[in-house]
Amino acid sequence: MKKDIKCNPSSGQADFCIQNEIEKEKISAKEDQEDKIGKYWKKIILTIFGFLLALLGNYFIPQKAAVEIAVYRIGGLHFDINDNYRIVLLALMICFLLDGIISGKNEKNRKHYAHMAAFRFVLGIVLLIWDIGGTKLQIFTQPFFPGPAQILGAFLEEGPFIFQNTLYSLRLYAVGFFIGTTVGIGTGILIGWFPTVYYWVHPVLHMTGIIPAVAWMPFALTLFPTPFSAAVFLIVICVWFPVASLTAMGIKSTPKQLFEAARILGGGNSYLVFHVAVPHALPEIFSGFGTSNAFAFTTLVMAEMMGQPGGLGYYINLSQVWSAYYKVFAAILVMAILFSFITVLLHAVELRALRWQRGLLK
Amino acid sequence: MSENSGFLQLSHICRTYQDDENEIEALQNINLEVFRGEFVSLIGASGCGKTTTLRLIAGLDKPQAGHIYLEGSEITGTDPKRGFVFQQGALFDWLTVEDNIAAGLKARHIYRRNKEKVQQFINMTGLTGFEKAFPHQISGGMAQRVAIARGLINAPEILLLDEPMGALDSFTRAALQDKLRELQKISRTTMILVTHDVDEAIYLSDRIVIMTPRPGRISEIITVKIPKPRQRGGVEFLELRRELLEKFELASAKPQPEYVI
Repeated sequence: MKKDIKCNPSSGQADFCIQNEIEKEKISAKEDQEDKIGKYWKKIILTIFGFLLALLGNYFIPQKAAVEIAVYRIGGLHFDINDNYRIVLLALMICFLLDGIISGKNEKNRKHYAHMAAFRFVLGIVLLIWDIGGTKLQIFTQPFFPGPAQILGAFLEEGPFIFQNTLYSLRLYAVGFFIGTTVGIGTGILIGWFPTVYYWVHPVLHMTGIIPAVAWMPFALTLFPTPFSAAVFLIVICVWFPVASLTAMGIKSTPKQLFEAARILGGGNSYLVFHVAVPHALPEIFSGFGTSNAFAFTTLVMAEMMGQPGGLGYYINLSQVWSAYYKVFAAILVMAILFSFITVLLHAVELRALRWQRGLLK
Repeated sequence: MSENSGFLQLSHICRTYQDDENEIEALQNINLEVFRGEFVSLIGASGCGKTTTLRLIAGLDKPQAGHIYLEGSEITGTDPKRGFVFQQGALFDWLTVEDNIAAGLKARHIYRRNKEKVQQFINMTGLTGFEKAFPHQISGGMAQRVAIARGLINAPEILLLDEPMGALDSFTRAALQDKLRELQKISRTTMILVTHDVDEAIYLSDRIVIMTPRPGRISEIITVKIPKPRQRGGVEFLELRRELLEKFELASAKPQPEYVI
């Protein structure tokens, strides 16, 4: 690539110059392609490298602080918490490697992966520092900030018990959310459709809806026969308000023309409600689901911490009593994974149900 | 046609609307007779009550005085016998093209027996291949064809069209006019079209009803004698067009330039 050739069209060099330009472009395009692939591999290596450092750090840095490295027997194999931690790190590295290879096939995924590389690298470094500060040297205040190996050790110590409590939380959430959304959509339809119901119920909904659901805790605990039903009641209350008011809003905002069209087509009142107003309100209903979903997580954990015989909130309380803060962190980790999974699932359902809103094929 | 006289009858219709302060006389003593199988256009400047008339026939609104009869029985409310096509935006966004067209059958709980009609209307309106598309994914012209198919699937005695082509560009509009003419030929449905486009009215109608505003009333009814199918550039067509536009100038209080209407 000679950059110093001066192109002067009047001097008969034009043809040569154009030829040269095309050649240059060809070469640079090819180089770009190679460059891109090379850069992308660097991103994959960068992503994994942070976790590799964390793994090496855990392996080679000597244990200075007096931490009991508990050993567990699982199926004839002896595991200590460091082995467990290293397996998790290794699994993460393999996952990110596979993710990198698969994402490489698609332009959009490749960009996203490359974009996240720096963040993931630093995540590995944070794990390394955390491991040193929390376990190896114990620079951080103990027992409040145990290292990642100790936190993951909680799953070795009482994995089945954590799982049991996770299921309890999940069941509580599912029952509460299901009843809450059903009642919410029901009242929302009534409020949105009948002006009389709107007049009498809407102000009440507004006043009671602002109160955080956990404020009803004393009543819930005394009025309901079981702690479980009391907690369900609280979740139902916190889900009910946003779903009901947003459903009502969606129904009230249905254009008159749609009702007229449906009526002319021969639709009765039930058709107008369930085939026109409710589908029209669906985007609002889902936005109500999103809001109440977040409320439900808060209420769930608070209810469990204040008088449930099980659940992740209960597990946190129990562990705190014994100053087992690594178990508290373990429960928080499970919550993070569980709640984001539920949120992602809800979002996927929403995308499916509202697919008619997206896309302009024109 | 004479034996069918009085298929649709509007007699002495009055309709006023209450504004904040004053009363607006939307319709004043409207008398009109429409025959079976006829294509009638209501044309006039905005505010002349043409849409109000159409809504009264549909049963979406009630007159303060006067009566409307369809085949001798008075119209009191909406009925699938009288189909309606709105200007735009009346499709159900959450339903596919196919389901939108089938909506009338489903609302009346007769879908199972008439399933094959849906595909028939999809083919007839040239929507084949777009059955599973949602309204947001199709063009404005296609959306109006869906609306017309939806209106016709209930086999109405009369189809009321409220400026169905008002929001379309002129090429799409011409194509849709041809489609509408073709559909009327096949289905023999009586159609009443509200429009502000003189060409559209001449191209499609058997009779053109000219209305004037403040108060809204019928000023003249013109019978279009040009044989169908009509040529948009034909001599008779252009002559009638000029004649109509002249009448408009006479009919409206203020003289208006020829090309606005």
